[in-house]
Amino acid sequence: MTAPSEDIPVTEVSADPGTPRLAVENLRIVMAPRRGRPETDVVDQVSFTVQPGHVLGLVGESGSGKTTVALALLGLVKRGLAIGGGKVLIDGQDILALSEHELQKLRGKTVAYVPQDPGSALNPVLKVGTQLHEVFAIHGGDAERLTQVMAEAGLEDPGPILASYPHQLSGGQQQRVALAMAFACRPRLIVLDEPTTGLDVTTQRRVLDTVRGLCRTYQVAAVYISHDLAVVAEIADHVAVMYSGRLIEIGAAGELFGSPAHPYTRGLMRAIPSLELSHQLLGMAGSPPRPGNRPAGCSFRPRCEFAIAECELREPEAVVVSDTGHAARCVRATEVAALSGTALLARERTVPPAQEPVLTISDVSVSYTTKRVLRDISLDVGARKAVAIVGTSGSGKTTLARCVVGLHQDWTGTITFGGKELLPGVRGRTRDQLRKIQFVAQNPYGSLNPRQTVGQIIGQPLAHFTKLPGKEHDRRVADALISVALRESFASRYPDELSGGERQRVALARALVVDPELLVCDEITSALDVSVQAAIVELLLRLQAERGLALLFITHNLPLVRSIADDVTVISAGEICERGPVAQVLTAPSHSYTRQLLADVPSIGPE
Amino acid sequence: MAIVTTTATPETARELTPRKPHPMRDMLIKRGLIGILTLVLVSILVFAATQTLPGNAASAVLLNTATPQRLHALEQQLGLNRPAVEQYWTWLTGVLHGNFGKSLANGQPVSTLVGGRILNSLVLVVLAGVIGTLIGVGLGVLAAARRDSVFDHVLSVVSLAVTALPEFVVAVVLVIFFAAVVVHWFPAVSVFVPGTAPWSNPRELVLPVATLVIVIVPYVFRMMRASMVDALESDYVQMARLKGVPRWRILLVHALPNAIAPTIQVIGLSFLYLAGGVVVVEYMFNYPGLGQALVSAVSDRDIPQIQAIVLVLAAFYIAVNILTDVISLAVSPRRRLPRS
Amino acid sequence: MARRSEAIAVLGRAVRTPRGATGLVIAGLVVLVAVIGPAVAPYSTTQFVTSPFARASSVAWLGGDVLGRDVLSRTLDGGWELLAMAAVATALGVAVGAALGVMAAYYGGLWDSVIMRAVDVILAFPQLVFALLLVSILGPKIWLIVLAVAISHAPQVARVTRAAALDITERDFVKAMQILGIPGRRIIRKDVLPNLTSVLMVEIGLRLTYSMLVIAGLSFLGFGLQPPAASWGLMINENRVGLIAQPWGVLMPAILIALFTIGVNTFTDSVARASLGVGGRATEPDAELALVAREVS
Repeated sequence: MTAPSEDIPVTEVSADPGTPRLAVENLRIVMAPRRGRPETDVVDQVSFTVQPGHVLGLVGESGSGKTTVALALLGLVKRGLAIGGGKVLIDGQDILALSEHELQKLRGKTVAYVPQDPGSALNPVLKVGTQLHEVFAIHGGDAERLTQVMAEAGLEDPGPILASYPHQLSGGQQQRVALAMAFACRPRLIVLDEPTTGLDVTTQRRVLDTVRGLCRTYQVAAVYISHDLAVVAEIADHVAVMYSGRLIEIGAAGELFGSPAHPYTRGLMRAIPSLELSHQLLGMAGSPPRPGNRPAGCSFRPRCEFAIAECELREPEAVVVSDTGHAARCVRATEVAALSGTALLARERTVPPAQEPVLTISDVSVSYTTKRVLRDISLDVGARKAVAIVGTSGSGKTTLARCVVGLHQDWTGTITFGGKELLPGVRGRTRDQLRKIQFVAQNPYGSLNPRQTVGQIIGQPLAHFTKLPGKEHDRRVADALISVALRESFASRYPDELSGGERQRVALARALVVDPELLVCDEITSALDVSVQAAIVELLLRLQAERGLALLFITHNLPLVRSIADDVTVISAGEICERGPVAQVLTAPSHSYTRQLLADVPSIGPE
Repeated sequence: MAIVTTTATPETARELTPRKPHPMRDMLIKRGLIGILTLVLVSILVFAATQTLPGNAASAVLLNTATPQRLHALEQQLGLNRPAVEQYWTWLTGVLHGNFGKSLANGQPVSTLVGGRILNSLVLVVLAGVIGTLIGVGLGVLAAARRDSVFDHVLSVVSLAVTALPEFVVAVVLVIFFAAVVVHWFPAVSVFVPGTAPWSNPRELVLPVATLVIVIVPYVFRMMRASMVDALESDYVQMARLKGVPRWRILLVHALPNAIAPTIQVIGLSFLYLAGGVVVVEYMFNYPGLGQALVSAVSDRDIPQIQAIVLVLAAFYIAVNILTDVISLAVSPRRRLPRS
Repeated sequence: MARRSEAIAVLGRAVRTPRGATGLVIAGLVVLVAVIGPAVAPYSTTQFVTSPFARASSVAWLGGDVLGRDVLSRTLDGGWELLAMAAVATALGVAVGAALGVMAAYYGGLWDSVIMRAVDVILAFPQLVFALLLVSILGPKIWLIVLAVAISHAPQVARVTRAAALDITERDFVKAMQILGIPGRRIIRKDVLPNLTSVLMVEIGLRLTYSMLVIAGLSFLGFGLQPPAASWGLMINENRVGLIAQPWGVLMPAILIALFTIGVNTFTDSVARASLGVGGRATEPDAELALVAREVS
């Protein structure tokens, strides 16, 4: 039975009981108090435990508070925030009660941190060796161990690496250096903050294996923060889900993913694309509340399909749904958990009849002075078809998109569109060609002019290609907004008032308002949360079907390809490795690179 | 095992240039050449401005005592009736040999007049530059370390105010306080003769140097503080904190070396600013340097002297620019050593 | 769907901060004194009302200057030309410099190299010296000084706007317009320029301070308005000799010049901070860094 003062019971996972390595009790972090403003919390009532040698995955989308919790595990709060209450107990000792001086002794030795972006977390003006030796210099321990520690982290030949500056190493090497720094003093707890974001899938797989191995070997407790549930599924024993600063579900990984007990978790699971099956991706309407703006009662209620009257009355307590300690903050948790699976809806893909391809790329090559970026690329995009181009960063896929669209001019080869040849660069192309090929870029924060309203942004291409009288022009703009599921009133808003997902919708509306025939999308959802991504992707597919668009979709995300594309082309280092229908390439790949990619993709999968 | 990037295939690696780049050497050469080019362009500009503009130099010199004969005679003397390009060439070759012609004011060779003063001005600039930089950097680091404290706020407000003051106002205030009205510690005017070493009478250097120091310290301070704050907010400093690095080490070993790079630019700019500030300060304190000579030369319309001084200043400017760029590169490993 | 004016929004925000309000008020006071001054001066600027360097008295409230003229009257009268010259030089310099900078950024290539080389040449020596150079040939004419100062501002402004414009032309929304085939000139006018507003506003403030400093400095050296005109810089120089006996002849104009430049500088600083969140720099240290770097150059 749970004691009345605790919200979530201490999870006993391993056979031998004992003090958990890490125990967080009712952690509360607030915005630094100021005169006249009531205390606003950023994180509240967060409690969980982790045993030695085990990994707890802490998941949440942006704004959920997971990074704030991660830093608090080392006793650190960012400027403008303060600890409002609660305890962080490491082997029974509350580190939040320690002085700054004592904390400093603790950090790096007892508790270690692995950063999200090692490129910016390593000091650019100090050699890697200096930064690694520093840990020993401060906490004791001999440098002899350094070589051993580096080998454990997967850095075989330490000499050249120690003598380099961080920018001279690759992303994967940098992350391994960060791992070595973290494990150097054999900490008792390690906090990993999205350490594989930005790494390609293969490197990510290797880093995850290393982390898991080191944790088991040295019986280190680990907290692994991520927004990527698939990655967490691969590495975590237990999972805790955060939403709007609260811990809304916790449980063993297999159980939580198999039968989620909170509607939000359930919603997340349905938004994640699967490598094996093309299913409808379901987003969740609305967005998480900001600190200080929480609705009465449960924070998720406005977006919840299971909401009942009781949900508005008070914030729900934890409800235990199984005897392994799986619990969720939802009054209907037991019902939700009992629902079988996550009810994924398989997608009906009607294969469009084979027609003349809308776009044909033949033997296109691009090279800069010293490097070959693309070599002899050939592929077609059929009418009404969605073709995905997959590759890691640096593979050349973005350059290819830019060639098609006219942003990049130095290429050789032929590109034909609608039967006619496309000249490189925008200057040589006809108005018709310019109108029929439209482009949406990755970064939702750079692609809209901050000085114009949404209506003006969407109206600009419309005014350029058509000369419509004012009323009709406005009507077309309004229609474009509605088609991307935004209200007409958005036309008078400015980009800085919109969220990332809303901005991408505006970018889509801008591309579609002129009735193109081919839409080129360059990683348009990579910067978005998974539930937002789901909504945008479904919108895109619906629009494609309605308007008979051909789609050229650039991405590095293989499961997304399964959900969205008819055909896929795999590119590595500027060359095509494999090409063909999605079902074939992803199920029975013929190229070794594709096989490697597929093997390295993390998946949630049935346990 | 060589450091291999994850995306390099054997084919791509072969196509990369095999030579190891030398950014430092390349930059020195490139900047040096551009510097020389700029200097040549400046000399053309100076020459054109002084000798070929309307109302030609001769009539400017003679002003209302110009009679046609005297005008003609002076033109002959200055060689103004020869084609412009030829005049320029004569002048340029002379300059390269150290011959700047004769002063129109007192007939002496310009090179001796100007040469003696270069050292005096240089002493002012170097002293003020070094002292100002040390004070500015020190205060900047302290202010950033105690961000948002009273100390920080006061310094920020004061430096904002002082930046805006013209040099002659600062000089006047200093003179009022330390030389003329409040106390009489230092002389308001220098009396030493050009040709003697400026450090022979240090008391005369104090006020001029102090003026210049006060003028540049706010710039260096604000830049240092801003870039220190930037460094202290960075991911790598947060990482250092999370490693348990003690505060003093974070400040001096982690943050400062990163913060110094943008500040080098500002320090260089301060030295350049001093080259201009020296003009007013020398005039104010009657200090026998290039600035004072320039002012008199302009009053007297002494073309050769003006040309010489401006060229010397331009050369100083270009040299400082090159030095700044070189030092900047030296403290940025990211630019100095590109990815292998 | 009115286009909101960023300039007004930023200025409004700046004025509401303590720094902004203080700066504006101080500078405004000086402008007021300079503009209204000539109308309320008790004596004319050339009238001899007392003995040279006489102390403050009921006849001359601030005492006499080097020739016995009324310091107060000369001070009241000696500002407006300076301010007018500074304003015109600034406007001219910023306009030309911004145009050059934007063109260099957008068109790149040869344009860029030529403009930047010219910038380097003019930047090869101090503003003051450049002005002195021109003055030495053609004499201390007002239009010449204004022109010289404007020309010496243009390169700095060009550099700054070029950097800002480059930053903007790299952004995706400009590329989005380029893809449509919209001509360069239109893109510059509708997409690039409006985003430069805050950059330009800060530049105007910085350059105004500099104009004032250089023109007052020239006047101090004797190359501005010639005696017997009343001009603050000139007054400081003229009355230096009698500093011990009668400081007001030097202090008054010095204080007024200083107040103006401090006021403008402080206000400009607040404008820079106010433009922080508007589609530009995200963090305060970044913005501070950028501002200080531009102030020095």
